[in-house]
Amino acid sequence: MSKNPSKSLRNVSLDMRDLTKTYPTPKGDYVVLENLQLQIMKEEFVSIIGHSGCGKTTLLTMIAGLNDISGGEILLNEFPIAGPGPDRGVIFQSPSLLPWMTALENVMLGVKQVFPQASKKELKEICAYYLDKVGLGNAMNKRATELSQGMQQRVGIARAFALRPKILLLDEPFGMLDSLTKAELQDVLLEIWDKEKITAIQITHDVDEAIFLADRVIMMTSGPRAQIGDILEIGFERPRTRKEILNHPDYYGYRKHLIDFLEH
Amino acid sequence: MSQTTTIPASAKTASIKRFLPSTTNLGAKLPGMARSAGITLASMLLFLLIWQLSSSYLYSVEAESRIDRVLAEQGPEEAEAMRACIASGDISCKPNTLPSPAEVVKASQLLLADHRTISADKAEFKAKTAGVNAQRKEQGLDLITYTGRPSFVDQIFTSLKTVAVGFLIALFIAVPIGVIIGLNENLRTAFNWFIQVFKPVSPVVWLLLVFMIVKTLTLGSDSDTSFLISAVSVGLCSMWATLVNTSVGVSSVNKDYINVAKVLKLGIGKKIFKVILPSAIPLIFTGLRITVSVAWMVLIAIELLAQSPGLGSFVWEEFQNGANDSNAKIIVAMFVIGFIGFLLDRVMYYIQQSVSFEKALS
Repeated sequence: MSKNPSKSLRNVSLDMRDLTKTYPTPKGDYVVLENLQLQIMKEEFVSIIGHSGCGKTTLLTMIAGLNDISGGEILLNEFPIAGPGPDRGVIFQSPSLLPWMTALENVMLGVKQVFPQASKKELKEICAYYLDKVGLGNAMNKRATELSQGMQQRVGIARAFALRPKILLLDEPFGMLDSLTKAELQDVLLEIWDKEKITAIQITHDVDEAIFLADRVIMMTSGPRAQIGDILEIGFERPRTRKEILNHPDYYGYRKHLIDFLEH
Repeated sequence: MSQTTTIPASAKTASIKRFLPSTTNLGAKLPGMARSAGITLASMLLFLLIWQLSSSYLYSVEAESRIDRVLAEQGPEEAEAMRACIASGDISCKPNTLPSPAEVVKASQLLLADHRTISADKAEFKAKTAGVNAQRKEQGLDLITYTGRPSFVDQIFTSLKTVAVGFLIALFIAVPIGVIIGLNENLRTAFNWFIQVFKPVSPVVWLLLVFMIVKTLTLGSDSDTSFLISAVSVGLCSMWATLVNTSVGVSSVNKDYINVAKVLKLGIGKKIFKVILPSAIPLIFTGLRITVSVAWMVLIAIELLAQSPGLGSFVWEEFQNGANDSNAKIIVAMFVIGFIGFLLDRVMYYIQQSVSFEKALS
C-alpha cells in the first residue's frame, strides 16, 4: 500500500532520505525523527497526521528550512534544500501577517522577492489575482489587524500561492479557527489548489480535513524516534466537494482506518 | 498658563460649587466624562484650600516668631510696631514663607507684565539698531544684539529649545545604537554593563562630565557654551529609556514575523525596515515618551547648574534673589514646569498612538 511501483524519480517532488532530527539535551540527544524515508510526488497533496509532539511540525519546519537537519537529506526536485526560501511557500498556523501592512502589502512583500523583474503593475496584478481567489478582492487595502482571524488566514493562503512555490507547506493552517470558518477555508484552499496543483504537505490533527484535502494521508507514530506508521491512499476524484465526499461509500472506511491508527 | 493652574478666582469657585452637588447626587446618571471632570475640579478646589490653609498657617508662625524676636531683642514697643507693620502688609516686614494662591496669581501677572515690558524694550532696541546692523552686516562685522535680561517667557522658550535639542540628541544616539545592539546578541552583551552602569548616573554628574569635555573642545572660542552643555547633558541623561526599549523591541520581534522574513528570503535591509523596525515601533515610542519626560525633569537641575538662561536658572536666581515675591515666582515656575511637562507627555502620547499599529487592535 505504501509504495507505488509507478513512482519514477522524475515525478518525485520532495524526497526525504534517512531524515533524522535530534535535539541535544543535558541527558544526551533527544531523537525526534529517525531515518525517516518519504517521497512526495509532483502535484500530490499529502496530509501528515499524528499525535501532538510526534515531530510533524519539526518535519515541516525542516522542509521549510527553518529548522536544521541533523542527519540525512531532503531533496526538492532532486536538489538538496539549504535554508529557507520562497520556493517553499509556508502557510503558518497563526496567520503571521505583518500587522502594520495591508493585505495587499503582505502578499506583495513576498511577490516582490520572487519576481524582482516585474513592473509594479504586474506585481499588483499577481497579488490582486490571488487575493481575489481567496475572496478578499474587496478587502485588499485593509490592514491585517482589521481582518478577522479567518480572513487573515485567507491572506496567508494567497501569500503562499502568489509566490508560485515548488511546494506548499501547511502547518495546521486551520487549527486556530472555529469549525464553520475552517470548512469555508478548506473549500477556498481546495478550489485554488485544484487550479494551481502545487505539491502540498499539510500537517493536521483533523481526520476529516486530512481525508477531504489529501491524496495520501501519512500517519506518524508517537515520538521519540517517530516513524511513518502507515500510509493511506485516498482515492476520491478531484475536484472534490464536501457533500460528495461525505456521501461517498469509502469515506467512513478511510475515517475508521485513521481513527483506529490514532487510538491505537 | 498660570491662570489655568490656579482656578480659584471667586467667580469660578461659585460655578464649581453649583456643579458639586450634581456630582454627588446624580453621580451615577452623569456621563463618565462629566463626572470625572467634576471630580477633577473638586479635587483641584480641595488642593487650593489645603494650600491656602497651610500657607496662612506658615505665615502666622513666621509672623509670631518675628514679633517674638523683636520683643526679646528690642522690647515691647518695637514688637507692637512690628505687629502693626506686619498687619499692614508692608513689604519691608513681610514674613517670607510659602506664598498663598493669590500671591502666586499676582506673581504670574507680574511676570507677564515684565515680559511685555522686556518685549517692548527689545522691539525698540531692534528698531534702533536696524540701520547700524545693516551697515555692520555689509562690513562683515558682528551684529549688535540685545543683551538685556531675558523675560520669564523667553526663559520658557529657552528651556523648550534645550529639551528639544536634548531629545533629538537622545533620539539620534539611542535609536540607532538600540537597533544595532537589538539585532546582535553579542553586541547586546557587550553593551549591557555599559547601560547598567551609566543609566542610574545622576543628571548633575552627566552635566559635569559634559562640561569637562565641552570645555576642552571649545577652548579658544568665546561663545556661550551653556546651552550646548545643558542640551547634551539632557540628551545623555534621558536617552537610556529609548536605548533599552529600542533594543528590547528589536530583539523581541515576534518569531512568526522573523520566520516570514526567512521564508521570503528578505535581504537584511528589507528585513530591518519592513519587518523588525515596524514591529519594534510601539516599544521605541514608549521609550521616547519616557525620554521626553525624563528630559524635561532633569532639565531644571541641569540648567540651574549650567547657568543656561532657562527655567532652571530662573528658579535658582529667584531663590538666591530672595525678594519678597521670589517665593511666589518659584511656585509660578513650578506650575509652568509641571504643565509643560504634562503637555509634552500628551503630545508624545498622541504621536505614539498615531504611529503604532497596535491601536487598530483596540
